[in-house]
Amino acid sequence: MASDLTPRTQGTGPRGAAAGARTAAAGQASAWPAAAGPRDPDARPRSRRQWRQRLEIAFFVTPALVLFAVFVVVPIVQAGRYSLFKWNGLGPMDDFVGFQNYANALGDAIFQRAVTNNLLIVVLSIAIQLPIGLGIALLLNRNFAGRTAMRVIVFVPYVIAEVVAGVVWFLLLQPNGPLDAFLDTIGLGFLTQVWLGDPEFAFWTVMGVLTWKYVGLAIVLLLAGLQGVPEELNEAAQIDGASWWQTQRKITIPLLGPTIRTWIFLSMIGSLQLFDMVWILTKGGPANATVTMATYLINQGTERSQYGYASAVAVILFAISFILAILYQTFVQRGDASDTKIVRRRKVSR
Amino acid sequence: MKRTTALRAVALGAGLAMLVTACSGGAGGGGDATGGSDGDVTLQWWHNSNTGAGKDYYDQVADQFEQDHPGVTIEVSALQHEDMLTKLDAAFQTGDTPDVFMERGGGELATHVEAGLVKDITESAADTIANLGGSVNGWTQDDKVYALPFSLGVVGFWYNKAIFEQAGVTETPTTMDELNALVEQLKGAGVEPISVGAGDKWPAAHYWYYFAMRQCSQDVLADAVTSLDFSDPCFLKAGEDLEAFVATNPFNTGFLATPAQSGPTSASGLLATGKVAMELAGHWEPGVMQGLTEDEQGLGENTGWFPFPAVDGGQGEPTAQLGGGDAWACAQDAPDVCVDFIEYLLSDEVQKGFAELDMGLPTNRSASAFVADPALAGLLAVRNDAPYIQLYLDTAFGENIGGAMNDAIVNIFAGQGSAQDVVDAMTAAAANE
Repeated sequence: MASDLTPRTQGTGPRGAAAGARTAAAGQASAWPAAAGPRDPDARPRSRRQWRQRLEIAFFVTPALVLFAVFVVVPIVQAGRYSLFKWNGLGPMDDFVGFQNYANALGDAIFQRAVTNNLLIVVLSIAIQLPIGLGIALLLNRNFAGRTAMRVIVFVPYVIAEVVAGVVWFLLLQPNGPLDAFLDTIGLGFLTQVWLGDPEFAFWTVMGVLTWKYVGLAIVLLLAGLQGVPEELNEAAQIDGASWWQTQRKITIPLLGPTIRTWIFLSMIGSLQLFDMVWILTKGGPANATVTMATYLINQGTERSQYGYASAVAVILFAISFILAILYQTFVQRGDASDTKIVRRRKVSR
Repeated sequence: MKRTTALRAVALGAGLAMLVTACSGGAGGGGDATGGSDGDVTLQWWHNSNTGAGKDYYDQVADQFEQDHPGVTIEVSALQHEDMLTKLDAAFQTGDTPDVFMERGGGELATHVEAGLVKDITESAADTIANLGGSVNGWTQDDKVYALPFSLGVVGFWYNKAIFEQAGVTETPTTMDELNALVEQLKGAGVEPISVGAGDKWPAAHYWYYFAMRQCSQDVLADAVTSLDFSDPCFLKAGEDLEAFVATNPFNTGFLATPAQSGPTSASGLLATGKVAMELAGHWEPGVMQGLTEDEQGLGENTGWFPFPAVDGGQGEPTAQLGGGDAWACAQDAPDVCVDFIEYLLSDEVQKGFAELDMGLPTNRSASAFVADPALAGLLAVRNDAPYIQLYLDTAFGENIGGAMNDAIVNIFAGQGSAQDVVDAMTAAAANE
């Protein structure tokens, strides 16, 4: 990051210095006497530049920070506050119950099921989408006729609005609906199911739709990662007599490590907060078979007007996501920054 | 009139609605700030007849009232039903409600009363209340009346006359045994007998409510609404009746994921398009079916209706009906003329026009004769003869217990819960009240 910034800072140098001179004339210079010293004769202009840079940063970052505070920080704090009360959303919030809402949520069998479902979705999404995504990305990274078209097609499900895709799948998966009719025509009639209405099967149906929807993101991210794998390495490997498969396994995939780990992180957080697709397909049903933490909290909050309780659930969801994110970044993504440097250095040394 | 709660739940919608309400509140400017009997008064009125003749009719009604009451201006907002519910929810939370709005009664009303949002009209509308009789029971808390029901319907079986005829059914069932026989007969004729929107929960829950009404005496039910004590064995029996009925497998394929009213694959859509023979639903069903068919006729002349059958051995009234409706209420801080306005909405004159346009089932008996639709007229006769009308139990018990109860009932439909689980879930939710 630092090296990226250098050219820009230098570029603005002259303008910055001019502006700095003006501010100095306005009496600001006296605020920085200590910084100037015999050690560095250039210190005064640089400090002015820094000051100006800070102003610039403040100017551009403030609107974003304000929006972030108003629409993210304040709601989180409010949710934390609501979660300590028993409150139906109407009238004053005066029934303080401490951590009772949290205890109720953690002891509720349906919420436990929601957490289990979420964790299952996290694991399954990675286990299913990573091999598929990697395989397709490696294929699409080779040269063949219609490659661009294939890349677009593969990415289309991810681009379609979630609600639209959800409604389309909902209609396709109706009993005796288009999917069943299709299976019948190609002679796989024995596979037909009550896709969404069977408590035993609905979870797997939802999992299938989620894979269809999100594998595109994995593919595109991995494809982008593949562009960062220097062609020279592949050539060198080929010269050394490595097969295509060996090259992928020993060189490409290890170098894709940072990209894969980033995708896993995104996938994990997405799976934990999963709501739209499930809500449209099953609403968390049948009989809570597909309930997630987010559908549970909407159910409890808006449908049952238990805003205090739902806030507690929201805080728990936030905490789980937050802790998992921190753990992941600490233990899994820790080395990634240095990894990229190694790649770069290798490239340079060649 | 439609009881869909689905859209209310979409968080984004709620968020947007709050913004919209905030904006419109600002633009409306002091609409409800004005008060007093003298001078200019503005009443904000939200209703859900937002299309066609119904919307025009309500505009006329508002104009007429303005003419009769110089100085009164009525700001009419005709909103799509789900939008109205979402906006109302947001309005109740901010306390900035319109002056005249819809109340569905029961536990929902109780929370509004507790939060001081609804005007007590027991004295000020005494004449109209007397005229409406027992209909106002669902909107009464501690002997105080808070709203005037203008449409009150009951839940029963809507059926396709043509399919019944093809299957050789000549009489509609009056007991559970007859209903079970009918189900078998329809299956024999290759028809899926009943559609149920268990995906939306409440349509499935209606079965349990009816079994509870047949098993429990009126006193036990009325007592349970206030005491929240569900230990009477009749509640358990209701669940057992339901288990037995579900075991006969009378429902459409994949009913656990079937929505109530949205789209051709919903429970109403399946009935409207002739895919099933019948559905347990409220008085709104013909209107919903019309919206789901291309010719906007629904089942047209093939629309039939019969009440929920009697159950052997229960303590309840065999002809009591499950139902509910919509009532006009005034905001706590609304000007006094608001009560005059909602009384006017319940007058013989306004209710007659309301009935003639099939906008609902009028509660003012003088208007009963003007309901034109034959199926609705039959339903109205059953309603008027019922010993009592039980408000939908989820509405009566309030969203919290109601929601827990509906979830547990759907689990019976899914074969994953027992009769005892329903009682346990209700008791647990009640303990949390």
